[in-house]
Amino acid sequence: MTSTGFGLLSLITFFPLVGALGIAALNKEAKGNARWIALYTTLFTLGASLFLWSQFDPANPGFQFLEEMDWLGGSIRYKMGVDGISMLFVILTAFLMPLCIIASWEAIQERVKEYMIAFLVLETLMLGVFTALDLILFYLFFEGGLIPMFLIIGVWGGARRVYASFKFFLYTLLGSVLMLLAMMAMYWHAGTSDIPTLLTHTFPYDMQWWLWLAFLASFAVKLPMWPVHTWLPDAHVEAPTAGSVILAGILLKMGGYGFLRFSLPMFPLASQEFAPLIFALSIVAIIYTSLVALAQEDVKKLIAYSSVAHMGFVTMGIFSFTVQGVDGAIFLMLSHGLVSAALFLCVGVVYDRMHTREIAAYGGLVNRMPLFAAVFMVFTLANVGLPGTSGFIGEFLTLVGAFKANTWVAFLATIGVILSAAYALYLYRRMIFGPLEKPSLRAIADMNYREIVVFAPLVLLVLLFGFYPAPLLDVTAVSVKKLVSGYELAIKAASAANAR
Amino acid sequence: MNELVASYALIAPEIVLVCGAMALLMIGVTRPESDREAELIGWIAIGVLGLAVWLVLNQPAGRQTLFDGGYVVDGFARFMKVLTFVATAAALLLSFDYMRETRSHKFEYPVLVLLATAGMGMMISANDLIALYLGLELQSLALYVVAAIRRDDVRSSEAGLKYFVLGALSSGMLLYGASLIYGFTGSTSFTAIAAAAKAGGAAQDIGLIIGLVFLLVGIAFKISAVPFHMWTPDVYEGAPTPVTTFFAAAPKAAAMALLMRVTLSAFAGVGPQWQQVVSALAIASMGLGAFAAIGQTNIKRLLAYSAIGNIGYALIGLACASPEGARGVIIYMVIYVAMTLGAFACVLAMRRPGGMVEEIDELAGLAQTNLAMATVLALLLFSLAGIPPLAGFFAKFYVFVAAVKEGLWPLAIFGVLASVVGAYYYVRIVKIMFFDAPKESFLGVPTKAALVMGLTGLFMLLYVVWPAPLVASADAAARTLF
Repeated sequence: MTSTGFGLLSLITFFPLVGALGIAALNKEAKGNARWIALYTTLFTLGASLFLWSQFDPANPGFQFLEEMDWLGGSIRYKMGVDGISMLFVILTAFLMPLCIIASWEAIQERVKEYMIAFLVLETLMLGVFTALDLILFYLFFEGGLIPMFLIIGVWGGARRVYASFKFFLYTLLGSVLMLLAMMAMYWHAGTSDIPTLLTHTFPYDMQWWLWLAFLASFAVKLPMWPVHTWLPDAHVEAPTAGSVILAGILLKMGGYGFLRFSLPMFPLASQEFAPLIFALSIVAIIYTSLVALAQEDVKKLIAYSSVAHMGFVTMGIFSFTVQGVDGAIFLMLSHGLVSAALFLCVGVVYDRMHTREIAAYGGLVNRMPLFAAVFMVFTLANVGLPGTSGFIGEFLTLVGAFKANTWVAFLATIGVILSAAYALYLYRRMIFGPLEKPSLRAIADMNYREIVVFAPLVLLVLLFGFYPAPLLDVTAVSVKKLVSGYELAIKAASAANAR
Repeated sequence: MNELVASYALIAPEIVLVCGAMALLMIGVTRPESDREAELIGWIAIGVLGLAVWLVLNQPAGRQTLFDGGYVVDGFARFMKVLTFVATAAALLLSFDYMRETRSHKFEYPVLVLLATAGMGMMISANDLIALYLGLELQSLALYVVAAIRRDDVRSSEAGLKYFVLGALSSGMLLYGASLIYGFTGSTSFTAIAAAAKAGGAAQDIGLIIGLVFLLVGIAFKISAVPFHMWTPDVYEGAPTPVTTFFAAAPKAAAMALLMRVTLSAFAGVGPQWQQVVSALAIASMGLGAFAAIGQTNIKRLLAYSAIGNIGYALIGLACASPEGARGVIIYMVIYVAMTLGAFACVLAMRRPGGMVEEIDELAGLAQTNLAMATVLALLLFSLAGIPPLAGFFAKFYVFVAAVKEGLWPLAIFGVLASVVGAYYYVRIVKIMFFDAPKESFLGVPTKAALVMGLTGLFMLLYVVWPAPLVASADAAARTLF
């Protein structure tokens, strides 16, 4: 691919900003128009990113749709591009946004204009994270997302929203600033901040060690990994439904994406050295947070803890350094993006009606809401990783990868699968089955058309990718192979150098 | 004769400022005192500043010296002069509405500001200890008076007095240092000092270093670096808000320029010695700026601590003693001045029927009563916190990138951690504006404040799109120092 100035990727990334400007130009009372503009903008972005997917060449392991322009001066340039690893995250982001807008249609009545602007700005920043091919540009998008998310949690969130928004903001910022210093060190060492060039650059071992830790500080918080996950339950619980969807569906994936884009290919020796640490943290995350989830009284908190557990599978898969493990990690992230987003939307459905997230306040919903019960079941089972749902493919592949790397790790992680079935089914039973005793639930109505529109594509995709994962795996295959073989080469070269 | 005229062209901006101040003084004393009169003089002063900027921009390129090398005009001087003159003009512009409403319009104010600005021009171009002192004192004396301009207001008088007493102390230290330097090098010229510092010699070194430390203390006072910052919160709070706006922007940039020239040109030969001092000042300023601001309830005091912290970050760039570091400081000062002007324009817009308010809690729910102002202030605060993609991030970026290149890890790591602490109190104000229940709304934003807010807000937002011009010109300016 030749480099161009400004092209399709920039259009996809920055188009939501255009929509945000359009909404900003509306007068204060135009709530309905703000919603429609936001919806059209996100749908257009989705269409453009699907077009991007159709033009994407899965056989090419390099970066495609490259764009390059002078920017900060020196060798820090505006550079965009996608490869097999980032491509699907762009699609996921563009796909979840319209659903978020529709899900907020009636739930958000206050300051609608600002809400839609915040979401559209957030979309640009999230898409930028996955398309940026320059360290500094990446950091810009990665950190910039804090501002709209902080406002979304703080303005439209629940009772303890202030605490949650500050915790989210400061935790994430603290993690990232060290990564910024590491990026600067890389810039001076390699003489460039261009990511494709850095992927071929070899850093000395000592430097890799420190750089890896600095990147870990950022990605571990973002992902989040145990023990720095505590901001997530708070943020999830307090955020409005669409905010939780974005947090779980996309923001968490930035951590995993960061490991794949930076830690693994750029610092292979340090990755190898620290893999046992990651395995240990992953296992703790999988088992411990699953147990914590079992004890939750709040639906959103339960799903938040289950997200942490699933991210444990992701890190385990990535640091197994096998094709299966990495493929599985990416697949699991995508699947979790759909499933956790859908679960939060399910919570949103009942929350909009009852205004409580306490599990004990529900029970016997199947009597009044059969359609909801069915949809909720699909996603509960997908969350457990039942074969036939997309959750299974991801978890299975990461376990296969981990088994190759370390049998005990895979064994312990499998316990987590069982535990996830326990908390998910326990939740389902408490909310959906049993007699309908609460008088407040008698009048609860089943899903309306707007909600069906939101859930239909999610149900379809979760089942489709459960039975036929090839469309996704084909996109990632070549890039993942290149990633893993590059890692193996680097390890071999280093051990050969040591032997000499 | 022609040579004389040509050489005076180099100080034409300062001559214009001083003559303009004198002329305005004459106009002021001969005409009846009224608000309209005072405002007219203010507008003329802005015109004089504009003329000075035009003259600076039309000076011949390259490095020229004047008065036997005591006064230098180079790319760096021109850049910093434009910055300080523009910042001064903006601060003057912001003062009109306030002065009219508080009935404290005085024609002396623009005159004193012009004199202070002439002093700043002198500081920026000083290449000799005598010139340095002359510029610094001309500036400082005018500022002491300006701080107390509302002489029947207790807080304003107190601010002026405090500033004066502590400022006089720092001037004394500076003079003591200058005399030591003169004693050990035999010259007051920076060029000769630079040669002596380079030549070294153990006995000479120690005296020179002691003199240098005293000199640095004097200048550190002017830029309010910790531990010489004590006056800052009190003076910021006590002085009338437009005066504080002026204090926070232009003099800081001028004093920083002076510090850069002294350290990077005159004392380049003893770099490691002053780098230690500057690093210590930077760490102390960043730390205090971050932690002490948390408990503040008055927005002017908070901005004072914010200024202290910001100077700490700028000093990181200086501590690098490299062209990249100097470039970082220059960019930092430009963005800092813009953020400060914008933030104070917002403070000036905090008007209720009963008068100005300064408590941070008064901003509660501003997003619902005046969304435009809340948005601009939020942009400025996120920018001050250094969150990308706003301009404030790039300010920090350039100094940190220089520090990383020089391997100043303790400074860089402490700096980024302090910036996270600092982010808390900036973001707390955003929280008050956006999350809290609204209070009674402010009076409409004055046009001039709205103009400054709009321009600085746009600058914060759009710097990321087109950063190259500022970086290139700052780079060129920085290289003339080496």
